[in-house]
Amino acid sequence: MAPKAATGRTSRNPDLIRGVGKFSRSKMYHKRGLWAIKAKNGGVFPKHDPKPAAAETPAKPPKFYPADDVKKPLANKRKHKPTKLRASITPGTVLILLAGRFMGKRVVFLKQLTSGLLLVTGPFKVNGVPLRRVNQSYVIATSTKVDISGVDLGKFDDQYFEKEAEKKKKKGEGEFFEAEKEEKKVLPDDKKDDQKTVDAQLIKSIEAVLDLKTYLSARFSLKSGMKPHELVF
Amino acid sequence: MPFKRYVEIGRVALVNYGKEYGRLVVIVDVLDQNRALVDAPDMVRGQMNFKRLSLTDIKIDIPRVPKKKTLIDAMEKADVKNKWESSSWGRKLIVQKKRASLNDFDRFKLMLAKIKKGGLVRQELAKLKKENAA
Repeated sequence: MAPKAATGRTSRNPDLIRGVGKFSRSKMYHKRGLWAIKAKNGGVFPKHDPKPAAAETPAKPPKFYPADDVKKPLANKRKHKPTKLRASITPGTVLILLAGRFMGKRVVFLKQLTSGLLLVTGPFKVNGVPLRRVNQSYVIATSTKVDISGVDLGKFDDQYFEKEAEKKKKKGEGEFFEAEKEEKKVLPDDKKDDQKTVDAQLIKSIEAVLDLKTYLSARFSLKSGMKPHELVF
Repeated sequence: MPFKRYVEIGRVALVNYGKEYGRLVVIVDVLDQNRALVDAPDMVRGQMNFKRLSLTDIKIDIPRVPKKKTLIDAMEKADVKNKWESSSWGRKLIVQKKRASLNDFDRFKLMLAKIKKGGLVRQELAKLKKENAA
């Protein structure tokens, strides 16, 4: 029809109160120009043929009718909200990891991924932490920041960190008795190169600050007399 | 062991309990056996129990319940701020505050500095011991 119908579809009849318009039916008839449409069409409203109905494919009768009525579970349309990033965590913040293999390591925050996890790197050369995903809850954010402006993080997303789909092995009896081939998961070279490019930029900004490199290579631990609730990070 | 610091009008005291903890105030009047009227340049004048006050050595010259302006001028004249910050008590408090506000990185740098200092001291000590032994 007229392409302008969608744009600026406001009502010509302002509300006095919810449910009560300012203008009467006859006034609205005049306002909408229905008299002009009728006049153009010879005294009657123009008739439009109904759209041809889509041909209905004959539905196949189901193979199986359950004996009792089966209740359908209610449809759940709830969606997760994107994980809120703590205000203290900004790109370049030094974080302290609290759990896992790299517990206590001080690490540089790069960006938050769409899954809500934080992308983080040691840098690898400094403290052995590779490009890794980490949950916000297992992290203390310090107020130390590293300049991260020169680093390109476009190619890192959750897909990058997905496990490789394991090829299905056919079970043969012989293989059970043989010593299982130890498949050491070797990191592919392109991932190693990614680590190197990201770290090259970072290490330059880290070495610009005195003692920051030794700081990042040391682990954090609570010593005697340190009260976590009184410490400023 | 006579008393050296007296409660009097113009005595500067440190608040050691409550909402105003850590603030330097001046006693401008004594209300009764237990309470004083207390004032500071950036505070609304109010009463405080003596138990909440720790008297300092500093005293300023003011009339009883001075106007705020008079109080501020008297404090400037007596140079309360600098006297306090150069006294050993005042310096200790400043150091405590600094230590509490240290960043994780600052604490690390502090540790490195302590180790370095300890190393130098031990070097000198070793030298002196050697000289003594010889």
